[in-house]
Amino acid sequence: MSDVTTGSEWEVVVGLEVHVELRTATKLFCSCPNSFGDVPNTNVCPVCLGLPGSLPVLNSRAVEMAATVGLALNARVQPSRFHRKNYFYPDMPKDYQISQYDLPICAAGWLDLPDGHRVGVERAHLEEDTGKSTHLGGGGRLHGSDGSLVDYNRAGVPLVEVVSAPDIRSAEQARSYVAELRSILVATGVSDGRMEEGSLRVDANVSVRRRGGTLGTRCEIKNLNSLRSLGRAIEHDAARQVAVVESGRQVSQETRHWNEEGGHTVPLRSKEEAFDYRYFPEPDLVPVEPPGELLDRLASEMPPLPAERRRRLIDLASEGRQPSRAAEDQVATVVDLGLDDLVLGAASRGASTRLALARAANEAATDPSAARGLSVESFAKLVSMEDSGRLSATQAKAVLARMLGEGGSPEQIAASLGYEALDPSQLSAAVETVLATNGAEWQRFVDGDEKVAGFFVGQVMRVTGGKADGRAVRQVLAQRRLDSLAP
Amino acid sequence: MTTAADIAGSVRSGQCSAVDVATAHLDRIDQLDRSLHCFLSVDRSGALGEAELVDRAVAAGRDPGPLAGVPVALKDNLCTRGTPTTCASRILDGWVPPYDATVVELLRRAGAVVVGKTNMDEFAMGSSTEHSAFGPTCNPHDPSRVPGGSSGGSAAAVASGMAALALGSDTGGSIRQPAALCGVVGLKPTYGMVSRYGLVAFASSLDQIGPFATSVADAALMLEVIAGHDPRDSTSIPSSPAAVLARLSDGVQGVRVGVVDELVEGASAEVVSAVSSAAEALAKAGASVESTRIPACRLGLSAYYLLAPAEASSNLARYDGVRYGLRVDGPDVEAMNVATRTAGFGDEVKRRIMLGTFALSSGYYDAYYGQAQKARTVVLDAFAAAYERFDLLLGATAPTTAFPLGDRTADPMSMYLSDVFTIPSNLAGHPAVSVPWTTGGDGLPVAVQLLGPALAEPLVLRAASVVEASAPGVPPPCGDFLPSDGTRSALPRQAVGSGSDGLPREGPA
Repeated sequence: MSDVTTGSEWEVVVGLEVHVELRTATKLFCSCPNSFGDVPNTNVCPVCLGLPGSLPVLNSRAVEMAATVGLALNARVQPSRFHRKNYFYPDMPKDYQISQYDLPICAAGWLDLPDGHRVGVERAHLEEDTGKSTHLGGGGRLHGSDGSLVDYNRAGVPLVEVVSAPDIRSAEQARSYVAELRSILVATGVSDGRMEEGSLRVDANVSVRRRGGTLGTRCEIKNLNSLRSLGRAIEHDAARQVAVVESGRQVSQETRHWNEEGGHTVPLRSKEEAFDYRYFPEPDLVPVEPPGELLDRLASEMPPLPAERRRRLIDLASEGRQPSRAAEDQVATVVDLGLDDLVLGAASRGASTRLALARAANEAATDPSAARGLSVESFAKLVSMEDSGRLSATQAKAVLARMLGEGGSPEQIAASLGYEALDPSQLSAAVETVLATNGAEWQRFVDGDEKVAGFFVGQVMRVTGGKADGRAVRQVLAQRRLDSLAP
Repeated sequence: MTTAADIAGSVRSGQCSAVDVATAHLDRIDQLDRSLHCFLSVDRSGALGEAELVDRAVAAGRDPGPLAGVPVALKDNLCTRGTPTTCASRILDGWVPPYDATVVELLRRAGAVVVGKTNMDEFAMGSSTEHSAFGPTCNPHDPSRVPGGSSGGSAAAVASGMAALALGSDTGGSIRQPAALCGVVGLKPTYGMVSRYGLVAFASSLDQIGPFATSVADAALMLEVIAGHDPRDSTSIPSSPAAVLARLSDGVQGVRVGVVDELVEGASAEVVSAVSSAAEALAKAGASVESTRIPACRLGLSAYYLLAPAEASSNLARYDGVRYGLRVDGPDVEAMNVATRTAGFGDEVKRRIMLGTFALSSGYYDAYYGQAQKARTVVLDAFAAAYERFDLLLGATAPTTAFPLGDRTADPMSMYLSDVFTIPSNLAGHPAVSVPWTTGGDGLPVAVQLLGPALAEPLVLRAASVVEASAPGVPPPCGDFLPSDGTRSALPRQAVGSGSDGLPREGPA
């Protein structure tokens, strides 16, 4: 996707607010399970329903996770307190949200994109999620609907809201920022990163300006449920804003809703209609000051982050040479899916890094959760079997698919699929059979047409039922040509 | 006079049965409450069931606890599992809490028997119990007068012997002022001493639950049962509270008492005279007493009437018709919210929601809420300075004795001024107790207030004991609606014979 402002005098300026549901066992202020997809209104209690008389008690695990996010984003983890954000909405049990305002738990960090661009992180704060409304009729929105159903299972689920600085300059960078943030959150175990389930939700603040000019008026875009929506919405709204300014009008500050089907944004509420949240310090909670020892422990428990893991794998795979774009993509995929330990493990057991990376990024990646369950030994064995010619590439892929689907050792699976290695005499016999029936092609090969080798490999595969190893066939062919040319 | 301690003693020793005690109090409620309207609900069968459990425990040789068989009344803003909790508001129409407040659990565990839920100003906003959606409570000493508020039902229930003890909540004086007007002891503990879990919030940073009793010792007994850390309330004090009862009669020898001018100023002559007499009594008991000034106390009322409504405007937002309580339908959800809240809240509650919303609004926050928070700090600092020179402070609880029903409802400011002496302790989070001194010329109770620094309940109540022992005292109410022998006894044999002659049948206006 190319950016609307690429090459033009216009520049798009984007800041992102990413809401991350923390993977705590229980909710932020009560002991109800934090669990997605349960029967509606079953994970509720007086506290998360905001019943009269109930009081919040802060989940210390959520504080630890928020601090971990801060440490991973190079932020200052600081003494903080909670505020109430007051507004009416049917899925908000207390009609206020407990959030953080002037003193967020994390401040002043940054995130480096894979391309090296640094995006500032202004703050990351803790807050509670709302319930989830389903509006019947009226296009799925509250206004104009016939009725609404509210599920409060999500009410009180802990969120960290990560607010970036307006340092993002394209839709592509915005997607890259969210993807990298998501990888970090998954790597640190604070989030499952599932955008489709709403465990990662993004709002984009978008404005446009003439390159080098002062910042324009921003619009906040909501309902961005995928990286694709995020990119499209920024592209679209930047183009809309440029058109507004070029026609001599002014962009008005407002909140806009991304319409995925229509591929455009529509106004939700103007600045004048914006809520006055009447923030004030939450009197039911005490200030939170993560102690230094806790931060030390969290820092020491911090797993390697995606950037470092990519670097490690690239270094290994490129063996000191400039890594290819393809290898970089494979590494990115493997790290993103958490399969890098599998590849590193296979490499440390002597398997080919290049081949392990390819199998992980292409085949294993089709079922990442099964792939993460593979034993390093089995995966290393599979890669070595392919590397040594014991299995053809086609066979190795089939064996891996079976390993992912049903489990088992590669040797057993290869045997059960009938992938017996051909002994040299069987292979020679198969080659002779093929050469005998394809005399013209053989002459072309003898005359130096290397492309015909592929044809013979295919034919040998056919007569051996796929058991032959392509490289072994090529070796036999080359030897046969040498023999035939010999005086 | 039968105290809660006496009742618990008799029940624990098997001298009398909890069921008989409960029956006597329930019968007394039946006789008197049509006139006084202390209760919004009475759970006769529930109370008798609890009493029976107490009796069975005694019979089985188990100790039912320090409040064994003691009939207790609860302000109707304390959640009780399975019985309505209304906050005297229409907006909670039909709502039944699925859980007990922590204090209710603690009372039951101590063997107390909950007889009913008491009347109050709606959401505890008021000083006369006239802002109840279900009609006012009358003062047992003179049914044409208010009992004070907002915990007026609890105060009047204890004063009239319908319950031996009661719980109220005190945000700006709502325990101490009605205790003063009804002639009973009322204690607001240190903020965080008693768990607020299950207390329907009015102003969270000021609300505190506390006891009503006919004696200082009974108030101390109840405090020991309800005080303590609660992991469900983040503002609950982590340390265990100091024992109060054990040292209650240790006296005030050498204790430094400051009589605060600002906590007497503007009070009626008989109130001023009660405070002087109490000061003399403390001096006589060995305390060093001198008069002092804490000008910052004057900031209290205006700071309070910004902070409390601000918090209330947020705490009361949840009553939106969506999940529980009253719902008045409308064409869309916003219209439903508005219709529900318009119909469900009374005028005083609406007034405070609007005040508080305004105080927190963008552009006004610094001038109102922010400024009030600063004033609160000034009050706190002024008390801290005073407590370098004094161990305790003495003043009046309320500027006047109980005023006539209807006297102040038309003028909110005059009503708010009823709390001028009690509010500073809420802003500071400090303990304070109202102790009856005597009756004034109109036969109505007059009280004094003792204040201490945070966690000073043991000393505050020791001094209160000294005052109580020296006080001329407040005789039990003997209005013509009371049984002819005027008994306040809780013990069944004495109460049963009291008859019902002379009970007026008409309810309060």
